[in-house]
Amino acid sequence: MSEPTGPGPVLDVRDLTKVYGEGEAAVHALRGVTVAVERGDYLAIMGSSGSGKSTLMNILGCLDVPSGGRYLLDGVDVSRLNDRQLALVRNRRIGFVFQAFNLIPRTSAVANVELPLAYAGVRPAERRRRALAALELVGLADRAGHEPNQLSGGQQQRVAVARALVTEPALVLADEPTGNLDSRSTEDVLAILDELHAAGRTIVLITHEPEVGARAKRLIKLFDGQIASDVRQDGPAGPGGPGGAPGDSGPGDRLGDRPTVPLERIP
Amino acid sequence: MSFLEILRFAVRGVTANKLRSGLTMLGVLIGVGAVILLVAVGNGSAKQITDRIAALGTSTLTVQGTGRAAGTGITLDTALALQDPVLAPDVKSVSPVVNASSTTITYQGSDHAVQQFVGTYPTYFAASNSPVGGGAAFSQDDLDQGRRVVVIGRTVADELFPGTDPVGAQVTVDGALFTVVGVLQNKSSASGFADANDVAIAPLTAVRQTLTGYGPVNSVVVEATSPAKVADAQAEVSTILDQRLRVASTGAGSGAGSGGARGANATPYRIQNAAQLLETQTQTADTFTVLLGAVAGISLLVGGIGITNIMLVTVTERTREIGIRKALGAPRGVILTQFLAEATMLSLVGGGLGVAAALVGSHFTIVGVRPVVVPSSIVLALGVSVAIGLFFGSVPASRAAGLRPIDALRYE
Repeated sequence: MSEPTGPGPVLDVRDLTKVYGEGEAAVHALRGVTVAVERGDYLAIMGSSGSGKSTLMNILGCLDVPSGGRYLLDGVDVSRLNDRQLALVRNRRIGFVFQAFNLIPRTSAVANVELPLAYAGVRPAERRRRALAALELVGLADRAGHEPNQLSGGQQQRVAVARALVTEPALVLADEPTGNLDSRSTEDVLAILDELHAAGRTIVLITHEPEVGARAKRLIKLFDGQIASDVRQDGPAGPGGPGGAPGDSGPGDRLGDRPTVPLERIP
Repeated sequence: MSFLEILRFAVRGVTANKLRSGLTMLGVLIGVGAVILLVAVGNGSAKQITDRIAALGTSTLTVQGTGRAAGTGITLDTALALQDPVLAPDVKSVSPVVNASSTTITYQGSDHAVQQFVGTYPTYFAASNSPVGGGAAFSQDDLDQGRRVVVIGRTVADELFPGTDPVGAQVTVDGALFTVVGVLQNKSSASGFADANDVAIAPLTAVRQTLTGYGPVNSVVVEATSPAKVADAQAEVSTILDQRLRVASTGAGSGAGSGGARGANATPYRIQNAAQLLETQTQTADTFTVLLGAVAGISLLVGGIGITNIMLVTVTERTREIGIRKALGAPRGVILTQFLAEATMLSLVGGGLGVAAALVGSHFTIVGVRPVVVPSSIVLALGVSVAIGLFFGSVPASRAAGLRPIDALRYE
């Protein structure tokens, strides 16, 4: 699968619904969500617990299937894809960062980062090089050989971010990536996301922290499975984030204020 | 993703959690090892039984008189008549036997109630497969002269002469003085109940003179020229006995014609064939083998359940990991192949170690039995264990790989 080049939104979700359970016990997690995300956008989704934001995120990441509605990823209707094709989409187009990190236990950081590349069929030497570069990008090159339980929460999440971006996906999805982190680690992770955005990646982020949501270019608030508000934020992003209006910037022409490593180093 | 690559993943998966992998392999090891060793012990004891029976001698016949009334038993003359080169060419030797009941041997104040005190001919030693270990057997001359000499079994020697050489010692047998001339070699017990070493053998003449008197003999041990000739020898012996006993009973009977009636009712003797005994015992051994097969089957089942357990736990515990891998874009086939390869490695290595452990263990004597490994049990145990390991290693993995990533990730 080649890198998407065509115009049009990366994400195009129309009237998405998701129902858990059946009959009287049915829970409507999503009640018709329609949203389109442009290439290179930085979208934050906020909402109280139970508003359906995680459900939406799991569907966007192809980890779950919707009960109704259409989901076009790069113009492709995901619901028509079979298991193999879905695996390919998850592998090549989406980088997913979980709240609970979800690193493979007892496996070194670099091996964790290599994993998506291995499933993509990249050769071992090339894989190792790219994984180390991704780890360097998140500032953990010196922790490459550490296993997850030897890393702090912030470091684990940075490894997870490195794993999400090592395949150079068009879309990075982060489900409350800072939910389990202290403020300093939160800042580290957000700075990396800002850099990714600056490099032209499309980022969709879930959070319940207003200051995290404030850094995004676009903020959607979910309430009871429906979009309550959808605002473009022109104000300067948080420290380390790029300023300027969203949507009008070409990918990769700006870097953040203080890039730790030039993004060109991601092969 | 190449197969080699997946194999490398599997190796990493196995080595990532050494304790878990170790326990899994231990489960398979015990399952396989127990079955092989149990069957080996069963086979070993069955073999032991067969060997013991073979030690009794397979070319002998034992003739016993069954007549209850006096004068109907087999007399010494009748017994000796069986040694007939013309009528019974297949008979090698005839050893009439008298048994002295409840005999006590005394030596220097200590006494021992011997189970079997046998009066017989020198040919008995060869016919009954009881070779003399120390000293010598009595000779034909001893028999003819009625010398009071005795050859004792190992148990008797240990009881009466602990630590000393019994040969040449004078013992008292129910008041009569006998000289010990030899000790029998240790003999394994065929039946487990009677101690084959608790025996004393003396010349027939001396025993009749001092202990039993001159009645009919208890039995006659007839040795055929070869194991193959046992049936022929038996037929010849029967012919001679029929002839002689009918004459004898008619002569002893008072009423005319009653002898014929009695002869028609039942033969007044019984011939026991060691080959028949062997057959019976082999059947017993077969039953034993079936029993052990059942035990092995149960242990295979138990071992299999153990393997099932640990495999299920191992894979279920990793459902989340499977979810992570799927979320990263692992195709179902790759995950399946990895878990199948891991299960294969664990089962094969564990099973191989189990076979090795069983082979090592079979070199030791277990509960008095020397195990004899049955090759088919190795194949069976290894095959079943590996099959179970593969099945229960891959089926839950397949189920987990078939889940939506989110369901696998949320699995607790």
